[in-house]
Amino acid sequence: MNLDERFENVSVIGAAGKMGSGIAVLIAQEMAKLKKKNKDKIYRLNLIDISEQALDGLSGYMKAQIIRVAEKSIVFLREMYEERKDLVENIEIINAFVDDTFSVIRCGTELGMAKNSKLIFEAIAENEDIKIKVLKSLDEVCGKETFFLTNTSSIPIGFLDQEAGLDGRIIGYHFYNPPIVQKLVEVITPTTIQKELSDIALELGKRLRKKLVPANDVAGFIGNGHFTRDGLYALNEIERLKDNYSLAGAIYIMNRISQDFLVRPMGIFQLIDYVGIDVFDSILKVMRKHLGDETLRHSLVNSMIEQKVLGGQRPDGSQKDGFLKYEKNRPVGIYDAEKKEYVPINKDLDTKIGALPDNFKPWKALLTEPTKEEKLSDYFASLKGTKTLGAELALSYLAETKKIGEDLVKEGVANSYEDVNSVLTNGFYWVYGPINEYV
Amino acid sequence: MSFLRKPIYATAGYNTVSLGQGRKEFKPKEPRPGIEHYIKEAGRGALAQVKNPEAIDEGVMTNFMMARYNRQGNRPGFFPMIHPSFRYKPATGTEGACDSGGLGLAVACKTILADVADAVLVVGFEVQTTVKAVYGADYLAGAGWYKDRKKGHAHFFPGQFSDRAGACFEKFGKEKVREGMAHWYVQAIENARRNPKAQEYHNSISDLFATGMTPPNPKVFCEHINVYDCSKVSDAGCALIFASEEGLKKLGVEKKDAVEVVSWGQCEDDITNPQPDLTKLVASQKAASLAYERAGLSPKDIGVLEVHDCFSIAGLLMMEATGFAGYGEGADFVSAGKTKIDGEIPTNTTGGLIGYGHPVGASGVRQAVDLVHQLTGKASDCQIAMDSASPYGLMVSMGGSDITIVSMIFKKIE
Ligand SMILES: NC(=O)c1ccc[n+]([C@@H]2O[C@H](COP(=O)([O-])OP(=O)(O)OC[C@H]3O[C@@H](n4cnc5c(N)ncnc54)[C@H](O)[C@@H]3O)[C@@H](O)[C@H]2O)c1
Repeated sequence: MNLDERFENVSVIGAAGKMGSGIAVLIAQEMAKLKKKNKDKIYRLNLIDISEQALDGLSGYMKAQIIRVAEKSIVFLREMYEERKDLVENIEIINAFVDDTFSVIRCGTELGMAKNSKLIFEAIAENEDIKIKVLKSLDEVCGKETFFLTNTSSIPIGFLDQEAGLDGRIIGYHFYNPPIVQKLVEVITPTTIQKELSDIALELGKRLRKKLVPANDVAGFIGNGHFTRDGLYALNEIERLKDNYSLAGAIYIMNRISQDFLVRPMGIFQLIDYVGIDVFDSILKVMRKHLGDETLRHSLVNSMIEQKVLGGQRPDGSQKDGFLKYEKNRPVGIYDAEKKEYVPINKDLDTKIGALPDNFKPWKALLTEPTKEEKLSDYFASLKGTKTLGAELALSYLAETKKIGEDLVKEGVANSYEDVNSVLTNGFYWVYGPINEYV
Repeated sequence: MSFLRKPIYATAGYNTVSLGQGRKEFKPKEPRPGIEHYIKEAGRGALAQVKNPEAIDEGVMTNFMMARYNRQGNRPGFFPMIHPSFRYKPATGTEGACDSGGLGLAVACKTILADVADAVLVVGFEVQTTVKAVYGADYLAGAGWYKDRKKGHAHFFPGQFSDRAGACFEKFGKEKVREGMAHWYVQAIENARRNPKAQEYHNSISDLFATGMTPPNPKVFCEHINVYDCSKVSDAGCALIFASEEGLKKLGVEKKDAVEVVSWGQCEDDITNPQPDLTKLVASQKAASLAYERAGLSPKDIGVLEVHDCFSIAGLLMMEATGFAGYGEGADFVSAGKTKIDGEIPTNTTGGLIGYGHPVGASGVRQAVDLVHQLTGKASDCQIAMDSASPYGLMVSMGGSDITIVSMIFKKIE
């Protein structure tokens, strides 16, 4: 069965969630295009979620997203609707595309809706037991031809395959958030996989115009394999720094070092808040279990969770407070888990950290800078010549992230340095890969 | 014999900021002022330069697509709002696509020649940022023939001028025309950086030429032009007063603060006919020739030029239509720097439609305002030194793809 045939009936499980809803938008558009080509065929996209309430908001979200995509693809869409003489203006064409896209969608809470699906995207919460249970139930309602693409961020795919008894009909298809925008998909192919599925997965990537990076089936894969260890390094540095600079001060310092001195899109603690401290912890838990590595934990994370300071995002996409306190999505305070309260940012710390070298260029400026390699190389060279707390911390951090990256290859998680760098630059928007010559 | 049976003057020009993408104060997601704001600011900005605003006898309100951008028709109805004395005075609205403003200038002059008014206030305005460009494209497409819309490009007018650029590439050589277009962009931005009202005033791109040369991306935009080749989506208002000798007196304006209208040429092509030759602006050329002929002038008499550069390729073709460059030589002329502010014929000294912005129905008025400023020494940082051998300013305002044209010549008063 080829991809076009599989596209006739697709389901997304956990469709009302952050990842599921984005995947749903991507798939719905592809189905609308196919439907336009093959008018006699019936296409069906089942959006399944356990939460009736979340499903309620889903169509509004999807509509807004599909309109946005349609506006951007208007040149293509005018061609697609060329023979529709009644559609003249862009808005008429966009509305027609939205209608066509929506006409393939059915929403509901019953897994049974997936009965005829030959392709199923699983994007429910990151919980092994629930995922296995849901996959098992799906396997019972669907035929043995159905392929499963799981969005898990950390659970080994071979393990899910075995526990759910899917006989190699599952692959890791790890979209990044938000799936509509992010080009990267980490593809995790377990050894047990059926060949046809890995071919389909490749073709799907092309169809969705995604950048596929292969990762091996080791808990955490490349993205979270790097992210968790990067976060743990910063957490451990805090232990070392907090006596001199207070707990909140140390968090501020490491966040600023990672954002400004290492020229990243956001500081490491802002990133952990963005992902959610509880999600960060659950990824660590999965990795500990499957890798047997007890060092993958941190007491500060535990106390944050105990105190219910969790970060993550509100349904409207705004940032909840976590390690940092946010106003209009900008950090304004730091959580002190010992005092159990937020304290204001102490700007005197910037003096202690020291100034950035003169040739520093912020992340945003470098993002579109054609000669960014050169600029970064000059910048890090200057950093090496700077004797400040900031420069010292940044250079050790830079060396550590490189080592984390190299270890991912050494331990067989990634096939090459290039793949590691690709995940960090494409999925995390870094302007340089962790394995570099700047160290 | 002089074209005009009595002298007409233009004075008290005022342009608002051209608000839109590029201006620092432009926040796409926040509410913005509507048409009333721009009408009032521009109209009152002009009136503030005369002693007796109540001496204005009539108004001309020029706008293109307010019916769609702002869900509003009946443009003359906004005239009385400008000044208490305007209530119950006559006003007229003009619409001729991007030449709506140009038509307003001509109507004002005709009204004065008809001896029914001594002083006429022309106010041009357009507020376009009410919708995304992808929808605005269809509103603007109304400047072409509606029956061509379906087969046209998603971005209809960029598509039309992309086709013109393509035709010129083929006929005159791609590299040279492409570079000419990029030089036009460079000049537009450089001039706009001297004009605090310009939409590109804050532009800080370091390598403008390289930016202008950005390869087109037909997947999301047009085949032969890039976004830098295009004028902007803008909100703005522009106003200018036309007056007879008597009118100037009644307004209390000194002659040194006015310029003389010497002639104009007005031309209309058939909107339902396909353009005869995409490498030429035939109607624009005819209108400019008429203006020259009626004034007994030629390009050598012109000291400052304002042309309608809705797209960089239009800028190049306009240099040919106005007789400064020969057929097919517009690109060379521009690339040689002859249109720069310190060049042979300073052109679009305040940025033009690409640099200042293109509040469609106001653009013709804006062009005249900027010429009046140059000829009266009020162009601030954009001011050029006028040579007494060429004391004239010429403008060409174009609606649609060379359909509705007004070309006007002004003279500095010695
Ligand atoms: N958020 C990210 O940045 C991100 C990035 C990559 C991968 N992921 C992975 O994607 C998956 C989903 O994450 P998310 O962030 O979208 O979570 P989410 O909480 O936003 O969405 C999960 C959705 O699944 C639904 N759900 C839960 N149990 C279900 C069940 N038994 N049957 C049907 N629906 C059920 C929930 O109602 C919810 O709508 C996880 O495996 C996560 O690790 C997340």
